[in-house]
Amino acid sequence: MQVDVLYFAWLRERIGQPRERIETEAATVAELVAQLAAMDDWHALAFADMQAVRCAVDQELAELDTPITGAREIAFFPPMTGG
Amino acid sequence: MVARVQTAAFDLAAELAGFGKGAGAIVTFSGLVRGEGGRLTGLEIEHYPGMTENLLNDYGRRAADRFGLSDWLVIHRYGLIAVGQPIMMVATAARHRAAAFQGAEFLMDWLKSRAPFWKREITADGPGAWVTARDSDDAALARWTAT
Repeated sequence: MQVDVLYFAWLRERIGQPRERIETEAATVAELVAQLAAMDDWHALAFADMQAVRCAVDQELAELDTPITGAREIAFFPPMTGG
Repeated sequence: MVARVQTAAFDLAAELAGFGKGAGAIVTFSGLVRGEGGRLTGLEIEHYPGMTENLLNDYGRRAADRFGLSDWLVIHRYGLIAVGQPIMMVATAARHRAAAFQGAEFLMDWLKSRAPFWKREITADGPGAWVTARDSDDAALARWTAT
Protein backbone atom coordinates (compact mmCIF):
# COMPACT_ATOMS: atom_id res chain seq x y z
CA MET A 1 0.00 0.00 0.00
CA GLN A 2 1.01 3.65 -0.38
CA VAL A 3 1.03 6.05 2.56
CA ASP A 4 1.89 9.72 2.86
CA VAL A 5 4.50 10.15 5.58
CA LEU A 6 4.70 13.63 7.12
CA TYR A 7 7.50 15.11 9.21
CA PHE A 8 7.43 18.12 11.50
CA ALA A 9 9.96 20.31 13.36
CA TRP A 10 13.44 18.76 13.66
CA LEU A 11 12.35 15.48 12.04
CA ARG A 12 11.45 17.47 8.92
CA GLU A 13 14.86 19.15 9.01
CA ARG A 14 16.83 15.94 9.48
CA ILE A 15 14.98 14.17 6.68
CA GLY A 16 15.10 17.24 4.45
CA GLN A 17 11.47 17.22 3.30
CA PRO A 18 8.05 17.75 4.86
CA ARG A 19 6.40 14.68 3.30
CA GLU A 20 7.01 11.72 1.06
CA ARG A 21 4.92 8.93 -0.42
CA ILE A 22 6.09 5.49 0.70
CA GLU A 23 5.23 2.05 -0.65
CA THR A 24 5.04 -0.24 2.36
CA GLU A 25 3.78 -3.55 3.64
CA ALA A 26 4.29 -2.48 7.27
CA ALA A 27 1.48 -3.54 9.60
CA THR A 28 2.36 -1.22 12.49
CA VAL A 29 4.01 2.14 13.12
CA ALA A 30 7.11 0.33 14.42
CA GLU A 31 7.45 -1.67 11.20
CA LEU A 32 7.15 1.50 9.13
CA VAL A 33 9.79 3.22 11.29
CA ALA A 34 12.17 0.28 10.70
CA GLN A 35 11.61 0.55 6.94
CA LEU A 36 12.10 4.35 6.92
CA ALA A 37 15.21 4.24 9.14
CA ALA A 38 16.83 1.80 6.69
CA MET A 39 16.34 4.12 3.70
CA ASP A 40 19.38 6.38 4.21
CA ASP A 41 21.53 8.14 6.83
CA TRP A 42 19.13 11.08 7.17
CA HIS A 43 16.17 8.86 7.97
CA ALA A 44 18.33 6.76 10.28
CA LEU A 45 19.36 9.88 12.22
CA ALA A 46 15.78 11.15 12.46
CA PHE A 47 14.57 7.85 13.95
CA ALA A 48 17.68 7.12 16.05
CA ASP A 49 15.96 7.96 19.34
CA MET A 50 12.33 6.85 19.31
CA GLN A 51 11.86 8.17 22.87
CA ALA A 52 11.99 11.63 21.26
CA VAL A 53 9.54 10.86 18.45
CA ARG A 54 5.74 10.99 18.54
CA CYS A 55 3.38 9.71 15.87
CA ALA A 56 -0.10 10.22 14.46
CA VAL A 57 -1.98 7.82 12.18
CA ASP A 58 -4.58 9.60 10.04
CA GLN A 59 -4.25 12.58 12.39
CA GLU A 60 -4.94 10.59 15.57
CA LEU A 61 -2.13 10.29 18.14
CA ALA A 62 -0.70 6.77 17.95
CA GLU A 63 1.86 4.44 19.54
CA LEU A 64 4.57 2.25 18.01
CA ASP A 65 2.29 -0.79 18.08
CA THR A 66 -0.66 1.03 16.44
CA PRO A 67 -1.80 -0.82 13.27
CA ILE A 68 -1.44 1.18 10.05
CA THR A 69 -3.15 -1.15 7.58
CA GLY A 70 -5.41 1.01 5.43
CA ALA A 71 -4.01 4.29 6.83
CA ARG A 72 -3.50 7.16 4.40
CA GLU A 73 -1.37 9.61 6.38
CA ILE A 74 1.25 8.90 9.02
CA ALA A 75 3.07 11.76 10.75
CA PHE A 76 6.22 11.80 12.87
CA PHE A 77 7.20 14.70 15.12
CA PRO A 78 8.90 15.59 18.41
CA PRO A 79 6.91 15.95 21.67
CA MET A 80 4.57 18.93 21.32
CA THR A 81 5.51 22.33 22.72
CA GLY A 82 2.42 24.47 22.16
CA GLY A 83 0.73 26.88 24.51
CA MET B 1 -17.40 27.67 21.07
CA VAL B 2 -14.64 27.48 18.55
CA ALA B 3 -10.91 26.90 18.20
CA ARG B 4 -8.92 28.89 15.66
CA VAL B 5 -5.36 28.46 14.42
CA GLN B 6 -3.99 31.51 12.64
CA THR B 7 -0.87 33.55 11.85
CA ALA B 8 -2.50 36.92 12.53
CA ALA B 9 -2.28 38.62 15.91
CA PHE B 10 -5.52 38.78 17.90
CA ASP B 11 -7.01 41.41 20.16
CA LEU B 12 -8.08 39.95 23.49
CA ALA B 13 -10.71 42.62 24.15
CA ALA B 14 -12.23 42.25 20.67
CA GLU B 15 -12.33 38.46 20.99
CA LEU B 16 -14.20 38.73 24.29
CA ALA B 17 -16.89 41.08 22.95
CA GLY B 18 -20.08 39.02 23.14
CA PHE B 19 -18.24 36.00 24.58
CA GLY B 20 -20.09 33.99 27.22
CA LYS B 21 -23.19 36.15 27.21
CA GLY B 22 -25.25 35.48 30.34
CA ALA B 23 -22.43 33.68 32.20
CA GLY B 24 -21.63 34.42 35.83
CA ALA B 25 -17.88 33.87 35.40
CA ILE B 26 -15.39 34.31 32.57
CA VAL B 27 -11.74 33.23 32.82
CA THR B 28 -9.16 34.16 30.20
CA PHE B 29 -5.55 33.10 29.80
CA SER B 30 -3.05 34.49 27.29
CA GLY B 31 0.41 33.08 26.63
CA LEU B 32 3.07 35.56 25.47
CA VAL B 33 6.53 35.08 23.96
CA ARG B 34 9.22 35.41 26.65
CA GLY B 35 12.52 37.10 25.79
CA GLU B 36 14.45 34.77 28.14
CA GLY B 37 16.60 37.61 29.46
CA GLY B 38 17.19 39.19 26.05
CA ARG B 39 18.46 35.95 24.48
CA LEU B 40 15.48 35.65 22.09
CA THR B 41 13.92 38.00 19.59
CA GLY B 42 10.91 35.74 19.05
CA LEU B 43 9.56 32.27 18.39
CA GLU B 44 8.61 30.43 15.24
CA ILE B 45 5.69 28.05 15.71
CA GLU B 46 4.96 25.15 13.40
CA HIS B 47 1.79 23.06 13.50
CA TYR B 48 0.08 20.12 11.83
CA PRO B 49 -2.70 21.69 9.75
CA GLY B 50 -6.00 19.84 10.04
CA MET B 51 -5.06 17.75 13.04
CA THR B 52 -4.49 20.84 15.18
CA GLU B 53 -7.90 22.37 14.49
CA ASN B 54 -9.74 19.06 14.98
CA LEU B 55 -7.94 18.31 18.22
CA LEU B 56 -8.48 21.77 19.73
CA ASN B 57 -12.17 21.68 18.88
CA ASP B 58 -12.41 18.21 20.40
CA TYR B 59 -10.77 19.39 23.66
CA GLY B 60 -13.05 22.42 23.73
CA ARG B 61 -16.14 20.20 23.51
CA ARG B 62 -14.74 17.86 26.18
CA ALA B 63 -14.06 20.79 28.53
CA ALA B 64 -17.58 22.12 27.96
CA ASP B 65 -19.09 18.71 28.80
CA ARG B 66 -16.92 18.06 31.83
CA PHE B 67 -17.17 21.47 33.49
CA GLY B 68 -20.53 22.65 32.16
CA LEU B 69 -19.03 25.58 30.27
CA SER B 70 -21.58 27.78 28.51
CA ASP B 71 -18.92 29.10 26.11
CA TRP B 72 -15.24 28.55 25.29
CA LEU B 73 -12.69 29.95 22.87
CA VAL B 74 -9.19 28.83 21.93
CA ILE B 75 -6.93 30.81 19.58
CA HIS B 76 -3.38 29.64 18.85
CA ARG B 77 -1.02 31.38 16.44
CA TYR B 78 1.70 29.90 14.27
CA GLY B 79 4.54 31.40 12.22
CA LEU B 80 6.94 34.08 13.48
CA ILE B 81 5.92 35.82 16.71
CA ALA B 82 8.04 38.54 18.36
CA VAL B 83 8.92 38.71 22.07
CA GLY B 84 6.08 40.19 24.11
CA GLN B 85 3.42 39.28 21.54
CA PRO B 86 0.58 36.86 22.29
CA ILE B 87 0.98 33.25 21.15
CA MET B 88 -2.39 31.94 22.23
CA MET B 89 -5.44 32.49 24.38
CA VAL B 90 -8.09 30.43 26.10
CA ALA B 91 -11.39 31.78 27.42
CA THR B 92 -14.05 29.86 29.34
CA ALA B 93 -17.47 30.93 30.54
CA ALA B 94 -19.60 29.24 33.18
CA ARG B 95 -22.21 29.97 35.82
CA HIS B 96 -19.62 30.00 38.62
CA ARG B 97 -15.88 30.69 38.81
CA ALA B 98 -14.67 27.20 39.82
CA ALA B 99 -15.92 25.66 36.57
CA ALA B 100 -14.50 28.51 34.48
CA PHE B 101 -11.04 28.27 36.16
CA GLN B 102 -10.96 24.47 35.95
CA GLY B 103 -12.14 24.44 32.35
CA ALA B 104 -9.38 26.87 31.36
CA GLU B 105 -6.69 24.83 33.17
CA PHE B 106 -7.96 21.60 31.64
CA LEU B 107 -7.81 23.12 28.16
CA MET B 108 -4.31 24.51 28.73
CA ASP B 109 -2.93 21.24 30.10
CA TRP B 110 -4.28 19.22 27.15
CA LEU B 111 -3.17 21.81 24.65
CA LYS B 112 0.40 21.96 25.96
CA SER B 113 1.14 18.24 25.76
CA ARG B 114 -1.21 17.01 23.05
CA ALA B 115 -1.86 19.71 20.46
CA PRO B 116 0.58 19.38 17.54
CA PHE B 117 2.51 22.65 17.84
CA TRP B 118 6.29 23.00 17.93
CA LYS B 119 8.21 26.10 18.99
CA ARG B 120 11.63 27.12 17.76
CA GLU B 121 13.70 29.90 19.29
CA ILE B 122 14.62 32.88 17.14
CA THR B 123 17.69 34.87 18.16
CA ALA B 124 19.45 37.90 16.64
CA ASP B 125 21.49 35.36 14.60
CA GLY B 126 18.37 33.73 13.10
CA PRO B 127 16.56 30.47 13.78
CA GLY B 128 17.91 28.60 16.81
CA ALA B 129 17.03 25.50 18.79
CA TRP B 130 13.66 23.74 18.91
CA VAL B 131 12.07 24.10 22.33
CA THR B 132 12.03 20.74 24.17
CA ALA B 133 8.91 19.48 25.94
CA ARG B 134 8.89 19.51 29.72
CA ASP B 135 7.99 16.51 31.86
CA SER B 136 5.99 18.87 34.08
CA ASP B 137 3.54 19.37 31.20
CA ASP B 138 2.78 15.64 31.12
CA ALA B 139 2.46 15.64 34.92
CA ALA B 140 -0.04 18.51 34.70
CA LEU B 141 -2.10 16.51 32.23
CA ALA B 142 -2.09 13.41 34.44
CA ARG B 143 -4.23 15.07 37.11
CA TRP B 144 -7.19 15.19 34.69
CA THR B 145 -6.88 11.54 33.71
CA ALA B 146 -6.14 9.99 37.13
CA THR B 147 -9.00 7.88 38.40
